[in-house]
Amino acid sequence: MKKNVIEIENLKTYFDVSKGLFKAGKHVIKAVDDISFEIAQGKSLGLVGQSGCGKTTTARSITMLEEKTDGNIKFFDESQNSMTSIDDLSEEQIKNFRRNVQMIFQDPYEAMNPRWTIKDTILEPLIIHNIGTDKDQEEAVIEILKTVGLTPPENYLNRYPHELSGGQRQRVAIARALIMKPKFVICDEPTSMLDVSIRISIMDLMVSLAKDLNVSYLYITHDLAVARYMCDRIAVMYNGKIVELADTEELLKNPVHPYTKRLISSIPVPDPTYERKVYEITKHDLEDIENLSNNKDELYDIGNKHYVSTHKIKGLI
Amino acid sequence: MKNILEVKNLNMEYRTLEGNVKAIQDVSFHIPLNSSFGLVGESGCGKTSVAMSLLQLQADNAEIISGNIIYDGKDIVSLNEEELRKVRWFGISIVFQGAMNAWNPVIKIGEQIREAIREHYPDNTKKENTETIQDLFKLVGLDSSNIDRYPHELSGGMKQRAVIALALSCKPKLIIADEPTTALDVVIQDQILKEIRKIQNDLGLSLLYISHDIAVIAEMTDYMGVMYAGRIVEKGPTKEIFANPRHSYTKALLESTPSIVGDKVKLNSLDGEPPSLMGEMSTCQFSPRCPSPTKECKNQSLEMGLKEIAKDHYVDNCCIDCG
Repeated sequence: MKKNVIEIENLKTYFDVSKGLFKAGKHVIKAVDDISFEIAQGKSLGLVGQSGCGKTTTARSITMLEEKTDGNIKFFDESQNSMTSIDDLSEEQIKNFRRNVQMIFQDPYEAMNPRWTIKDTILEPLIIHNIGTDKDQEEAVIEILKTVGLTPPENYLNRYPHELSGGQRQRVAIARALIMKPKFVICDEPTSMLDVSIRISIMDLMVSLAKDLNVSYLYITHDLAVARYMCDRIAVMYNGKIVELADTEELLKNPVHPYTKRLISSIPVPDPTYERKVYEITKHDLEDIENLSNNKDELYDIGNKHYVSTHKIKGLI
Repeated sequence: MKNILEVKNLNMEYRTLEGNVKAIQDVSFHIPLNSSFGLVGESGCGKTSVAMSLLQLQADNAEIISGNIIYDGKDIVSLNEEELRKVRWFGISIVFQGAMNAWNPVIKIGEQIREAIREHYPDNTKKENTETIQDLFKLVGLDSSNIDRYPHELSGGMKQRAVIALALSCKPKLIIADEPTTALDVVIQDQILKEIRKIQNDLGLSLLYISHDIAVIAEMTDYMGVMYAGRIVEKGPTKEIFANPRHSYTKALLESTPSIVGDKVKLNSLDGEPPSLMGEMSTCQFSPRCPSPTKECKNQSLEMGLKEIAKDHYVDNCCIDCG
């Protein structure tokens, strides 16, 4: 049994959007509403769903960029060889947590300072965390550039982000995330801005780096085809809740929840002879799912490590 | 079959301070009446430049060097501005990339469509126009209450539907859809694609569909052309090209697209960058990135140019079945 790198228990992140001076009529948006999952070391979980379903808020809550409302986030602490809740961390430990949890964003150009060279950009995390001497740091930068396939590294060190193509910029973003030797990387649609031909090389790079460096990913995307290529397991999110969670091929072959079926049937297939039938959600299907279990707080296990939510969902039909 | 649009040997250049960028080189294709043609390729390969040239809406520094664009039997390259206005929107209309940015944020959606109709049908009464707009909204699946809304009050999918309504407002015969679903998520994309297909069938329209997503092209089009570095390198019936791709670039595109049906296959990436479109480029532009270039390819000894290898299936001369 592999150890988990991160465990999320009943995470909730609510946003107060009440209007008016005295906040008459409290109005809360439940962006992330009671979700739980865990990711084993070296494994990747895909978080899939439509725009606005809470994928990015989940990521931001885990990295403490957004304050969670409730719930527990546990991270594997190497020094103690056990899971530690991020609420109990001391300031020093939070720094350590931040070293081990990195993010890669959708738009690599917006994620970099345009007036910094590639060298400065990748060097920054090392300087912040005060790791190694100047010489060590420079060597680390050269090494990581080679790892992400920007060779020869000397050609890139003194260039600026605008001199690079989209694919190269995303490689720099990956290099900056990985130079800290993190255990866990959150990728927020890292390839959706890239061309198809370049997309695969970035995805291949991330898969092989995960193997070599034993990194776990939380991979956020709205494209199930991409998630299939990248992830061991997939969680489907809708309106702040996880509706289905299973191994990738299991989820695609035997989807149980009507929303998952709908999502799968919406993906265009690169084959003009394939007759794609869009699955229409019926009231009957939704009731069937709700009747699976009376316990609405936990995901229902239908076997084979395949979990499905049985809570009532509004607005799907 | 009659063709609604024929593009013959179109060449277009952008004049820049560093030199001329040959954005479209020797592009020829035709769209039969009531059918759809897809253009697919990487960013910067010239897809949108082709679309803009068809409507003569290209940037100020662009110049059509040679070639013909024959719409409904008439060459529109040589038309003056006044005559062009009759082709635009009446004949050919366009659904632009990125619905969010296509609207004026301070004018109501309905007003902006009314403006287009008024421009082309100055004699209509206000009531007639309102009815037209209501019908258009119904056609694209929007509630008529949205007529009096501002763009920011609509979601991305609704805005894109409204852009399609705008494109349909003057009953065009050919619609150019330039990446109409790129900024939308999969479920909304699916709805919009379905809507476009339905409207195309109901109204008997012809469609030029531009996308970088080969899966969408597979679903939407009868014929397709694959563009690389300003040229069409392979064209033909969509089913034929997917079943029997002959150009290395087409093969690479097909092999790099993930799918959720069938077995999980190892995808191949296409490394390298598209070439600069400046300077002389008569020999194979794809050879530096070609996974298996032939000797002739490496020597750059073959001239580029399409060759018919099966009925209606054209492939660039220099890269037929490389490797």
